[in-house]
Amino acid sequence: MTSVAYTLTDSATMLRRNLKHQLRYPSLTLMLAGFPIVFLLLFVYVFGGQLGTGLGGHGAGGRGAYLTYLVPGILIITVASAALGTAISVATDMTGGIIDRFRTMAISRGAVLTGHVIGSLLQTLAVLALVAGVALALGFRSSASALEWLAAAGMLALFAFALIWLSAALGLAARSVETASNTPMFLTLLPFLSSAFVATATMPAGLRQFAEYEPFTPVTQTVRGLLTGGPIGMQAIAAIAWSIGIALASYLWAVRLYNRRRAATPN
Amino acid sequence: MTVNRSAPAISARAVRKSFGDHVVLDGVDLAVAEGTIFALLGPNGAGKTTMVRILSTLIAADAGDIQVGGHDVAGDPGAVRALIGVTGQFSAVDNLLTGEENLRLMADLRHLGRAAGQRRIAELLERFDLTGAARKPLTAYSGGMRRRLDLAMTLVGDPAVIFLDEPTTGLDPRSRRTMWQIIRELATDGVTIFLTTQYLEEADLLADRVAVLDHGRIAAEGTPAELKRRIPGGHIQLQFAGPDALHAAAALIPDAVPDDDQLILQIPGDGSVASLRRLLGELDDTSIDVEHLSIHSPDLDDVFFAVTGHATTDPATGQEEKVLQS
Repeated sequence: MTSVAYTLTDSATMLRRNLKHQLRYPSLTLMLAGFPIVFLLLFVYVFGGQLGTGLGGHGAGGRGAYLTYLVPGILIITVASAALGTAISVATDMTGGIIDRFRTMAISRGAVLTGHVIGSLLQTLAVLALVAGVALALGFRSSASALEWLAAAGMLALFAFALIWLSAALGLAARSVETASNTPMFLTLLPFLSSAFVATATMPAGLRQFAEYEPFTPVTQTVRGLLTGGPIGMQAIAAIAWSIGIALASYLWAVRLYNRRRAATPN
Repeated sequence: MTVNRSAPAISARAVRKSFGDHVVLDGVDLAVAEGTIFALLGPNGAGKTTMVRILSTLIAADAGDIQVGGHDVAGDPGAVRALIGVTGQFSAVDNLLTGEENLRLMADLRHLGRAAGQRRIAELLERFDLTGAARKPLTAYSGGMRRRLDLAMTLVGDPAVIFLDEPTTGLDPRSRRTMWQIIRELATDGVTIFLTTQYLEEADLLADRVAVLDHGRIAAEGTPAELKRRIPGGHIQLQFAGPDALHAAAALIPDAVPDDDQLILQIPGDGSVASLRRLLGELDDTSIDVEHLSIHSPDLDDVFFAVTGHATTDPATGQEEKVLQS
């Protein structure tokens, strides 16, 4: 076999390992899904009645209109929440003894991280499907064609890929599993400072500029445009650029941390 | 897998390693012949684990020339990794998988293929007495079972050289004996074994050659018998009730070495009846009360003491210098 074939085989082996972990201990996956679902219910049923009346141009207003507005944002929150799992699973691996075993074996470089990232991506897609199912059960209806659904799924997957690499890097940077489960928390806060829950136009100056330029807004607007109609424009380009930028920078950071770690461990 | 038969399985020359200002290895030389068991003996903090981590490509040495199976550790770590198996001090198993799945993972990473992997896994489960627990999660495993699984995982790829870092630390006596048996069998099969231990008895029982590592240097090296020959004889150990009696006795007997912490006096001697009678007579004349007396024939503990000038205590506690220096 060539080294490329070994890289693929080893990555597939590591992926199987991570998927086995997820299936055997579904509580983490359920926790990652639970967070966006609770927010969905909270915002639709507690705040939705009032927030919906404030929506201009989104139909008759009220709870139903807010549900339509909110769901794309909730899907983005789901991506951010699911990415937290990567930091936890990477840090658990790095603080355990098995990583040293992997490092003394002739395994292709990067297979450990690739297994984590692809595993988390599949986990995120499963969690997204679950959350979308709940949204549909609550009465969310999309005007999107099959192609638009696919494009929205692709946008979410690309953004998830970026956040998962970022989370993997944060998991590698953390000295303990506890730290690793806290540092990526800001990822679940950033959607609140974006157009996920309310239109950025309603925010005060300063905050509004921040909200308009941070990555969660273009991604939310792109998915919202695809699923519920409405303008996308340059937002899609910004969303894709942000995703690729975050993915690339995080990937380089993660690989650097992974390689440096072996030299730094004393005794 | 290619092993250069003319060269030793492991050779290291002038290996140095520091962490910051802390010098851990200060010019270590060693050579391990193929198919033999080599024990690196030393107290906690002597640098044993660092040596294993360097030899097994986990960390790089600051200086030195190291070859494993004829391959340079720094220049061609991939070739070294294909030859070796490592069982570290801390359990290197996947706690979220079953025993069988752990072995399967190793078989896949060694690219054994489905059928060959299956055969090897069944064989190892049988050999390590884990067949019954194969499908159980590791949470149901005892310490001894985990350690056996750990070693079984190391053996999946039939490594030519195996590193065992304190393989029996924390095991109960029965599990320890099982582990010794397994290590001996591996050596019989022609596997080269490099193990570290702080148990002198273990090195004595298992190893073809022993090196004593102390403060990052090899203080002595040889077969267990050679090392024991370096000790002129055994010693008599006296236990006292208090420091006063200890010091009085120490002043009386010129060669004696007192241990203030344990209130023990070690007196070189072979324990012959004549020397004992003389010793007890002297103590009796000066009315020094001895709580307990025991006679020690030479073992590796004495070797360690003789070659390093101190007992096998942990330098981290800062005790090693004040003990037994007269």
